[in-house]
Amino acid sequence: MDFALTPEQTSFRDEVRTWLSRNLPADWNNRMRVGSDVPRPEVYQFLRAWQRKMYDAGFMGLTWPKEYGGRGLTFMEEMILQEEIALAKAPPVLNILAIGMAGPTIIAYGTEEQKRRYPPKMLSCDEIWCQGYSEPNSGSDLASLQTRAEKVGDHYVVNGQKVWTSIAHQADWMMLLARTDPKVEKHKGITYFLLDMHSPGVTVKPLKQITGDAEFNEVYFDNVKVPEANILGGLNNGWAVGMTTLMYERLALGFGLQVRLRIALDGLVDLARRTTKNGAPVTQDPTVRQKIAQMWIDTEVFKYTGARAITKLLKGELPGPEASAGKMMWTEGHQRLQDLAMELQGPYAQLARGSRWAVDGGVWQYSFLRSRANSIEGGTTEIQKNIIGERVLGLPKG
Amino acid sequence: MNFGFNEEQELLRSTARKFFENECTSETVRKLMDGPEGMTPELWKKIAEQGWLGLIVPDAYGGMELGVVDLVVLMEEMGRAVVPGPFFSTVLLGGLATLEAGSEAQKKAWLPRLTSGEARAALAWMEPSADLGARGITLSATAKGNGYVLNGTKLFVQDAHTADVIVVAARAAGGRTPEEGVTLFLVPKDAAGLTVTLLPTMDQTRKLCEVSFKDVAAGADTVMGQPGAGWAPLARVLDRATVGLCAEMCGGAQKVLDMTVEYAKIRQAFGRPIGSYQGVKHRAADMLVDVENSKSITYYAAWAMDEGVPEGPLAVSMAKAYVSDAYRRVAGAGIQLHGGIGFTWEHDLHLYFKRAKGSEFTFGDATWHRERVAQLVNL
Repeated sequence: MDFALTPEQTSFRDEVRTWLSRNLPADWNNRMRVGSDVPRPEVYQFLRAWQRKMYDAGFMGLTWPKEYGGRGLTFMEEMILQEEIALAKAPPVLNILAIGMAGPTIIAYGTEEQKRRYPPKMLSCDEIWCQGYSEPNSGSDLASLQTRAEKVGDHYVVNGQKVWTSIAHQADWMMLLARTDPKVEKHKGITYFLLDMHSPGVTVKPLKQITGDAEFNEVYFDNVKVPEANILGGLNNGWAVGMTTLMYERLALGFGLQVRLRIALDGLVDLARRTTKNGAPVTQDPTVRQKIAQMWIDTEVFKYTGARAITKLLKGELPGPEASAGKMMWTEGHQRLQDLAMELQGPYAQLARGSRWAVDGGVWQYSFLRSRANSIEGGTTEIQKNIIGERVLGLPKG
Repeated sequence: MNFGFNEEQELLRSTARKFFENECTSETVRKLMDGPEGMTPELWKKIAEQGWLGLIVPDAYGGMELGVVDLVVLMEEMGRAVVPGPFFSTVLLGGLATLEAGSEAQKKAWLPRLTSGEARAALAWMEPSADLGARGITLSATAKGNGYVLNGTKLFVQDAHTADVIVVAARAAGGRTPEEGVTLFLVPKDAAGLTVTLLPTMDQTRKLCEVSFKDVAAGADTVMGQPGAGWAPLARVLDRATVGLCAEMCGGAQKVLDMTVEYAKIRQAFGRPIGSYQGVKHRAADMLVDVENSKSITYYAAWAMDEGVPEGPLAVSMAKAYVSDAYRRVAGAGIQLHGGIGFTWEHDLHLYFKRAKGSEFTFGDATWHRERVAQLVNL
């Protein structure tokens, strides 16, 4: 048990810290000071450039093998990097679905050609990825998906529809789960494809969401041709490949989520320090102090539970269903934090972007509304609890 | 960085688990809690033979000289078995206070005997006001000759009735702050004027006492360290003891989860195991998150104590705040998911439920520690 950094880890931390302090754009700092989220559509170009800068400095794909564009380091360095990103309140990684999910899955299941072709361009943000899992009639019951891929010559023809597809309108590639054999049991007839979003027959329709912004989409496939070489992990093996992706998602996002919770907490504390209630600083209110202290504790607890998972990972164990617990903690904690931010604002909580009276320009209202998705995206809280109950605790399936 | 236990610690864990499974079964716990002492000489001797009474005592006084992280491993296993008796008071309270604040002569006189199991110790600090801060120490120490005379009442004193020696926090003189003036004394329990009364407690596995002092003569050789400067060492002892308690609570919570999951797999309702229903499964998942998080923050606090890092007290308060709530939730959910059987005297769940409740209010509850967190992060 040692929570201190080794000399090598300290020097890596200093390298990151120095770089961030020299390269962090000042205008971003002002935006991030007040909340955990910014409406993404306003900043896509900015985020693309920022990720490129991180990549050029050698801070993208720390744990990926060198031959596929990474640095071949351990999750310990990744954790140190994320910690520094939180301290500096640096912008999030735009191509997170590629870095957190598609990349590790391709490195785990891909052919040598696929491993050399895709991961480096994910890191540099030259190619943005989205995730084609959910469908209008297949959410939590993902294996019931109906998008079909039929073999014609040396390629497959895809027809169907995906939904809630984040960043599809900016994406160059999609991790696509499609049914290749409708005659077998539902989990056994699915294949994982790497789909070029610029292919003819792909239509992306933005969906306006609860915040009023359009960050996710419907994606329609009308006779879209995908080369056979773009199958990942073998024909009809898509369920296993897709689940690996989700494990990585919960793990990789786990690092990022801890950082986002920390940044949001710092924003909340800052907001509290600027807020008065009934003529006195709100930080003197015993109830508010209790709630903020609990948020502080939960944020730290989240960090150390994540750290224990990393220790297991470093001992060579694969990311397991335990990652579901981290996803749940983030969800519950972040939604409670955003509720608290509203509570601190009192009647001002009603005012949104565009009002001169809105607190911090209304970014809290955006974050508050956006946080409702946390318990749905990436597997609902109910699904996470099923995973923990069945795969960690060994309780029988319903 | 490394957030796991080493091989020696894993060995300590498996040894301790086996030991308490054999030596401190549910049947034994029930016998011990029914008696006034909460311990038998035979079991105490066996615990001493393992070396555990001296786990954190330096080699010079006959101990194993291990750290708080090692202690956490043992405490988890003791909490898992809801071990009654004076281990906590002797090792983590009276013994640790002697080590932290005692003179060389006091340490030489007592620590080897505490470590061998020959003698037992207690720590009397809280009073009827139940104030956890320095201002709560009002038991008076009036200078007389070379020593002092003690007058006042201490409450919630663990295992004072079976202790041979009691560390007492008293107020020797006024000071500019509540901390100034607090003085620690090492008083033999048989001192004239010292009366110990055993109190009926909800958690029968933890014996609590009232200790009253009426003109108790405390000679110069009983003063621990600098007169008037006893609060700082006492606070350090309480921080470490709090981490030990958190670990004990983690072990208990893990056991409740294990019992509940086992039961949910075999108990049938409407033709299938109750664990297959989401109403049960999801609550069990919540219990797991509570247990794992409790361990994470406790391990971090233990490391912070061993390393003496500046954020140590913050880590301790984060741990006690979190674990107090978590163990209560887990123990309550355990009873609920067991249904009627969980409400019986026969089933062991009530031992854990009551231990959770008692521990919640020992060394400060979640509300008290959250306020301390707020202060320590300059809110």
